[in-house]
Amino acid sequence: MGAARLLRWLAPTLLGFLFLAGWEWAVRANEVPPFILPGPVLIAQTLARDWSSLSVSLLVTLQITFAALAVAASLGLLLAVLFAQSRVVEMSLFPYAVVLQVTPIVAIAPLIIIWVDDVRAALLICAWIVAFFPILSNTTVGLNSTDRNLEDLFRLYGASRWQVLWRLKLPSAMPYFLAGLRISGGLALIGAIVAEFVAGTGGRASGLAYRILEAGYQLQIPRMFAALVLVSGTGIAIFLALSLLSHLLLRRWHESAQAGEPR
Amino acid sequence: MAKRYATGTLAVQGVDLDIARGDFLALLGPSGCGKSTLLRMIAGLIPVSEGALDFPADAAARRSIGFVFQEPTLMPWASALRNVALPLELAGTPRREAEARAAEMLARVELAGFEHAYPRALSGGMKMRVSIARALVTKPRLLLMDEPFAALDEITRFRLNADLLDLWRAERFTVIFVTHSVFESVFLAERIVVMAPRPGRIVRELSVPAEDRAAPEFRTSATYAAHCREVSHALAEAMEGA
Repeated sequence: MGAARLLRWLAPTLLGFLFLAGWEWAVRANEVPPFILPGPVLIAQTLARDWSSLSVSLLVTLQITFAALAVAASLGLLLAVLFAQSRVVEMSLFPYAVVLQVTPIVAIAPLIIIWVDDVRAALLICAWIVAFFPILSNTTVGLNSTDRNLEDLFRLYGASRWQVLWRLKLPSAMPYFLAGLRISGGLALIGAIVAEFVAGTGGRASGLAYRILEAGYQLQIPRMFAALVLVSGTGIAIFLALSLLSHLLLRRWHESAQAGEPR
Repeated sequence: MAKRYATGTLAVQGVDLDIARGDFLALLGPSGCGKSTLLRMIAGLIPVSEGALDFPADAAARRSIGFVFQEPTLMPWASALRNVALPLELAGTPRREAEARAAEMLARVELAGFEHAYPRALSGGMKMRVSIARALVTKPRLLLMDEPFAALDEITRFRLNADLLDLWRAERFTVIFVTHSVFESVFLAERIVVMAPRPGRIVRELSVPAEDRAAPEFRTSATYAAHCREVSHALAEAMEGA
């Protein structure tokens, strides 16, 4: 239904607008100073004014996020395939993957930044550690949950290991991999931001997190909010883009892709 | 084609069957009588623990098997055409040729026009037709069917029964059809092997003569009812003995 679809967009947009208007009104009516809490209008103005420097930082953060996500996706997929091929490899490596996952990134980021000379590489490693696990564990589950009868069928027709992997296991694991990717997209951004905070690198080629830190030190709270808006916006955009990718790849056959369609 | 088989496992015991080329044989029995186990052993999906399976001397026969599961067991990410082409492609047939033969086979099961439909868009009966087309696309000498129509509604099942018989009469492949339905076995099979559980074994074999089965409206005829009664009695005896 068109009306239901319209409502789905209209309702949250209207709520967001009301919230922002209430915020702006509260700030003006109570004459809250901008270094305590700036209003949305001021934040938007700051964002527009400082766009030239903020956009450079945004680009830096985006580069690290996407590089980390790409490495996490390919390595996670590769390792999951390896796990599916050999039980021994899975049993020996999986616990260490869990160790990587449960160790707080804030705690190990300083070490990585000390060990790795290149700051960008260090940031990438941190973001990768956070983003890697959901893809690995989801894809592993996916590869292990193929239809047993279909496996029998492939065996009956004398399919090779490679054929079973390529034509049966990987397609079966696809929805799981994509679900992992959606989680990891957001996590890669968080990992990149956290690592930037820890590294605290200055200069022109630094990411959004450093802009937030810098603005905080200088008590430029509107600028801090502007950077924050960019971080959230980026996170939302990554999630939407990966959801769209998942929908496009699965809509013809998988139940999960139907759930998103308007009823 | 001859198969002789005997095993001492708990699932199936002392089974000895001779099956000739072109037979339509039904394995009939209650749940747990080892009919599916027997079928899977014939397919080579599970090892035979005792005894042996004898196929005709030509080596190709071993691979010339089609299998239809209780569920359609289709790849949900592939179209009907790609699903049917699978066995050919696994054997190394070039994609174009495999798809041409798959399309031909889909037409044989009355699914022309549905080549590019995904399994999700097909009804239960249509999915089962795709599954049958996939089993027959390699032109197998032996078709193994494991309660293929059990999950379908009666109207669809009757149609698929009749269509399967037409295909069989045209191609004369050998069929081993596992079922727990007396009516289905009488309608389809020339030979009905009644099995009993614990341990799974053959208790009786009955036959439905071709001239009876060729009669028009066989399903509603008195001969059909008489055969059903006979098979039901045999099945009841098998259950008592168990």
